[in-house]
Amino acid sequence: MPPLLFYLLALITLGFGLMVVTGRNPVTCALSLAASFVGLATLFLSLDAYFIGIIQILVYAGAVMVLFLFIIMLLDIKAEEGKQMNLPAIISGVLLAVLLTLQIIAVVSSTAMAKQSTQSAPLELAAAAEKIGNAALLPTITNDLKTGTLPDIKLIGFTLFDQYGFHLQVIGLLLLVGTVGVVVLSKREKGGAA
Amino acid sequence: MITLGHYLVVSGMLFALGLAGVIARRNILIVYMCLEMMLSAANLALVGFSRFHLVNGLPDYTAQSLVFFTITVAAAEVAVGLAIIVALFRTKQSVDVESVTKLQG
Amino acid sequence: MHASIILLLPLFSALAVLLGHRQLKGAAVLISVGSSIISFVACLFFLAADDDNKLLLPFIHVGQFQVGIEALIDQQSRGMMFIVSFIGMLVHIFSLGYMKDDDAKPRFFGALSLFMFSMTGIVLAGNLIMMFIFWELVGLSSYLLIGHWYQKASAAEACKKAFLTNRIGDFGFMIGILLLFGANGGNVNLDDLGSAFTSGPLRPDAPGYSAGFTTAAALCIFLGAVGKSAQFPLHVWLPDAMEGPTPVSALIHAATMVAAGVYMLVRVSFLITASPLAAEIIAGIGCVTALLAALMATQQNDIKRVLAYSTLSQLGYMVMAVGAVAMAAQHGHDPHGPNPGHPAMFHLYTHAFFKAMLFLGSGAIIYACHHEQDIWKMGGLRKHMPVTFWTFAIGTIALMGVPPLSGFWSKEAVLGTAYDSGSNILFHAGSITAALTAFYMTRLLIVTFFGKPRTDAAHHATEAPMVMILPLAVLALFSIFSAFDVLATPLQALKPPHVEGHQTVLFASLVALIVGAGGAIYLYRGKTSDPVNIKLFANKFYFDEIYSVIVRVCQDRLAWIVTGLERVFVDGLIARLPTAIIARLGAATRMLQGGHLQGYTFLLGGGVIAVVYLVVFVLPRLGH
Repeated sequence: MPPLLFYLLALITLGFGLMVVTGRNPVTCALSLAASFVGLATLFLSLDAYFIGIIQILVYAGAVMVLFLFIIMLLDIKAEEGKQMNLPAIISGVLLAVLLTLQIIAVVSSTAMAKQSTQSAPLELAAAAEKIGNAALLPTITNDLKTGTLPDIKLIGFTLFDQYGFHLQVIGLLLLVGTVGVVVLSKREKGGAA
Repeated sequence: MITLGHYLVVSGMLFALGLAGVIARRNILIVYMCLEMMLSAANLALVGFSRFHLVNGLPDYTAQSLVFFTITVAAAEVAVGLAIIVALFRTKQSVDVESVTKLQG
Repeated sequence: MHASIILLLPLFSALAVLLGHRQLKGAAVLISVGSSIISFVACLFFLAADDDNKLLLPFIHVGQFQVGIEALIDQQSRGMMFIVSFIGMLVHIFSLGYMKDDDAKPRFFGALSLFMFSMTGIVLAGNLIMMFIFWELVGLSSYLLIGHWYQKASAAEACKKAFLTNRIGDFGFMIGILLLFGANGGNVNLDDLGSAFTSGPLRPDAPGYSAGFTTAAALCIFLGAVGKSAQFPLHVWLPDAMEGPTPVSALIHAATMVAAGVYMLVRVSFLITASPLAAEIIAGIGCVTALLAALMATQQNDIKRVLAYSTLSQLGYMVMAVGAVAMAAQHGHDPHGPNPGHPAMFHLYTHAFFKAMLFLGSGAIIYACHHEQDIWKMGGLRKHMPVTFWTFAIGTIALMGVPPLSGFWSKEAVLGTAYDSGSNILFHAGSITAALTAFYMTRLLIVTFFGKPRTDAAHHATEAPMVMILPLAVLALFSIFSAFDVLATPLQALKPPHVEGHQTVLFASLVALIVGAGGAIYLYRGKTSDPVNIKLFANKFYFDEIYSVIVRVCQDRLAWIVTGLERVFVDGLIARLPTAIIARLGAATRMLQGGHLQGYTFLLGGGVIAVVYLVVFVLPRLGH
């Protein structure tokens, strides 16, 4: 994608991320995080990961952040006082962040694999049509590939259910347990204070 | 030209931001939010690798499946975590991180 | 064999008395006196013993290092042994009468026996370490005896002072012994040392000879004599030691213990001869002591104090003679012949008898005047106590050096050596001291015995009992005749041969005698109070005050320095600093587990960064 677009989107993501970290008001932080997620989703889209990008907006920005906002409203959390700054923690946090960033930049810039770009590694859709193994049994996938579109959702669905079916069931169980747990944790004690 | 390296650097910076937020903030909810940011940064790295590790000319969907699972787990975790925070708030009447520290010194 | 009896009998007596006096009661005293008499009889046999250097008891044997209880028997030790046991026996008998009314008689006689044991040990000592052991024991006995009436504050102070001053001298003595020990390869036997210094590796013309070392060793050993024989500047304890009972003063502080220093110097005379500088210093100090003490004695009013300063002065004479002999040897007046004698030992010998008698006589006077010691409160005792008067007078003229009594011969020997030594100062100072001696002794005699009784106590004084008179009479005989060969030879006295041609010395001593005695008679005849009043002499040249200031200042400065060092180093560096470091480290480490969520996160993140750094940047460089 054009570099300008990438930088813009990256700036949005990181900028709102910074606002999350430095915002005084919790609501400001939550909304900034949602915006950051949207930026992140666009980055996913630019990487030809359409399904994941949409899921990111649906689940993260749509459900998780809304849940956050619900809780903030429920607990009626006020903005933090400015004078309670925890200076050693701030300094150490900033220090760690800077160090980590430098390390990652150093590592990334020294590997050859990181020098690939979308132009230099294009998707070969037509050639993939014959070689995709069992997925070729599904005519919709093969047709889409032959016509030159990437059937992202279908492919990921196929991968999930074919290779990682068991894991999917486990995740389902996890969600069930999570639901039950939430209900249990939210119970009020008999006669206890609110 | 936007290379994989760019995406990885963005992912790294997002992760670093999240880490800084976790360490520096006092409000437990905001700490939690920064934690989510860290998770998302990891997702971005994974998606980047998935796109550039081609299997038969197509992206490697193993990584994208992992991202799917990660998002799911993160959602469940947020739900449960917030329930815990609410329960904690009921006893301590404060969302300060220090209020749950019982060790002295 | 006799040596062992003389050495061990008093020890057993002391142990018996000090440990069992409750059971023995009255017999304790008799045990002590009896042991002194038996020792004396054994000593008479001992006088005829042969020269010997035998090991009585192997004491220490550690690897190459051996020290034994050895007895060195020669003319010097035989003569000294006679003095010690004879005067010891007489003092024991005298004490039977003097201490009759005392409450703590067993303690006194036990300490007296202990002293006899220790003194015998010094006399018989064949090596320097044994001598040092008994040296210290003698100091202990002196402490016990001076402080016999310890309930009196002045007596307690005095015995402490004596011990401490002695200790300073003993420190030097020990250093000297160690120097000789090192130089002679671990052997401090007196015979061996003597041969090493005269003909062995330490003699003056040997290749390894070091004048500085020999002088240092000689002076360190001399320090021991300075302490024990109360030379300047450690003389301050002897006058205060008069707080003890008078028999103690007679035995210890006139005849025997203070003479031990001189005895020891004569024993190591080979060392002094090997170092001319040390000889000069020794003679000088002896001379200063003699003169200073004589000046101080002219203004004292306590009968025992006068005698104490007189003892100091005569000890100064003896030490001066020790140094002068070595100096005279440098000028070619080397003593030789079958019986060379030694002026210091000879003077010690004659001095012992008449000084002991003077002290015992003063004891009789004090006893008769109901423990009054100020001479200006006496007077006219000549008529009341004739025997005491005559014996005291004999002792006085012996001490002054009137011919033909013993004191004259020994004093002439001392002055003769001073004349031969080549130093005019020694001879002149010696003569002036002789004049002063005559002066103050005549003063003492006149004020105490002549004139009218000045108090009631003096008026009602009667003669002392026989048990006290007898020793006085015996000692008076010895004072007169001890210098003549009829007594000197069998008693092994180291009498130097009479030197012809010393007219100057004879003249000087006679003139000094007449001037001093005449001056005293002129000034003090018929007076009831002291016409001369020189504060400097009466206050003992303020030595005690100077010393106490020095001690206090040194102590304060030293304490200040030590406190500072302790506060900085011991307390701060060694105690506080590690504590503070550990506390800080602990506080810092405690923060690792503070229970702070974000602390843990920080550590986590830090750990990850560190690991990444190591794996990605460091290990490839090391070749993994």
